[in-house]
Amino acid sequence: MTVVDRINAFARRVPTWVLYILYLLPVPWLLYLAQTGGLGREPIKALEHELGEIALQLLIIGLTITPLRRHLGINLLKFRRMFGLLAFTYVSLHLLVWLVLDVGILSQIWADILKRPYITIGMAGFVLLIPLALTSNNWSVRKLGAGWRKLHRLSYVAVLLGGVHYMMLTKTWALEPVIYMAVILGLLALRLPKLRSKQAA
Amino acid sequence: MAHRWTNTLTHKDVTPRAHFMNRRQLMAGAAAGVGLAGVGAGAQAEETLEPNPWEDITQYNNFYEFGTGKSDPATYAGALTTDPWTVAIDGLVEKPGDYSFKDIMAEMTVEERIYRFRCVEAWSMVIPWNGFELADLLALAGVMPEGKYVRFETLYRPEEMIGQKYRTIDWPYIEGLRMDEALHPLTIMATGIYGKTIPNQNGAPMRLVVPWKYGFKSIKSIVRITVTEDQPVNTWQALQAREYGFYANVNPTVDHPRWSQATERKVGGGLFSKRVPTLMFNGYEDEVASLYEGMDLTVNY
Repeated sequence: MTVVDRINAFARRVPTWVLYILYLLPVPWLLYLAQTGGLGREPIKALEHELGEIALQLLIIGLTITPLRRHLGINLLKFRRMFGLLAFTYVSLHLLVWLVLDVGILSQIWADILKRPYITIGMAGFVLLIPLALTSNNWSVRKLGAGWRKLHRLSYVAVLLGGVHYMMLTKTWALEPVIYMAVILGLLALRLPKLRSKQAA
Repeated sequence: MAHRWTNTLTHKDVTPRAHFMNRRQLMAGAAAGVGLAGVGAGAQAEETLEPNPWEDITQYNNFYEFGTGKSDPATYAGALTTDPWTVAIDGLVEKPGDYSFKDIMAEMTVEERIYRFRCVEAWSMVIPWNGFELADLLALAGVMPEGKYVRFETLYRPEEMIGQKYRTIDWPYIEGLRMDEALHPLTIMATGIYGKTIPNQNGAPMRLVVPWKYGFKSIKSIVRITVTEDQPVNTWQALQAREYGFYANVNPTVDHPRWSQATERKVGGGLFSKRVPTLMFNGYEDEVASLYEGMDLTVNY
């Protein structure tokens, strides 16, 4: 039994609900930390950034599922919807913290969305994820047929916007957002027709 | 000559000394026209300023010499040696030379200044500094009449300042003031907080505090002060001139290109702390607005 077989056998045995719970645990944990000083002296920004970073990680994990199967034979397909929905949950929480706890002033929220490019871009990414979250169910997959796959390619754009959003908010050249962006671009490059056909040959 | 500007009331007026460290409820704001210096007698509305606790002031810092995270300076600044410390004062001064921190302190009168502190990132604190007026330090070296600006430089010592091992910014950190700003009685060199020696992460042993400007102007751990004829280029301006200017006066009506400056949040209020409006010149309008009369502050940001 190869390593790949072992991974696939293990993945088959793990129910998705276990992973849902596991991946949602950071939410109460972060809220607890924020209340008890574990996120530093300014917990609002810290919480906002933590949630945003987890969201980006989940979106990236979602992008790895197809290449893992195509190039390495690892089949985690049954978790793909879960990662997408979890990512949407974290993006929503990230946005909610920004709206309610961070800014909290309606006129300023609106002005920020229109005037601040990194917020405009982040917002656009969130909006793109809404139809994807709404159609992440079996009924929609059946109903939309081939259109479903096309629609869900919007996730490529959304992840890209998320990466740009992160890169734009640092004051100086920082390593982390650049690494995220590089990973995103790499995963998207694997989807280019040329690379796909090379693998098939 | 110290005491050109004083808080009308300090925590000593409100609470016995033994208690004020706990209560920190005090009055501040109105600048009395303290005779000789003739600081703006037009006092602004009296207001209660409650200083942040020691933990806020010493654990939430921007000091990229020790890393870009807010808690990095508190974690890593312990490695910095601040004794002995020498400050080179040069350029257009009568007595250029290396001044030891000890010799400087022997000449200065340290007093308390409770100031608002507003970061360009839209967070703020109230800090009870101890320090002396920059004007007194400059007087020690004697500014020549041609001196129009003052340039400041932070220590460059990557062995002890781990953030300097990465080229996040062009080290050493540089800041500058116009001479009238430098000589203004509100401008101080801080050497302490809450009556204690200033911690390394806050800019030990000596850092600038210019309360009406964004925090990045208040350069830390200073090793060189140069009086110049030309306007110095400060680090953040060199890095991103569109976002950070030379003046960097706190101004709620001039936004940073990436975020609004209309409001701020005081650090330490927890998860449900609300934003409050930012004050023009950080609440020191009566004292400093005259310095910028006739200047377009949207251009000179």
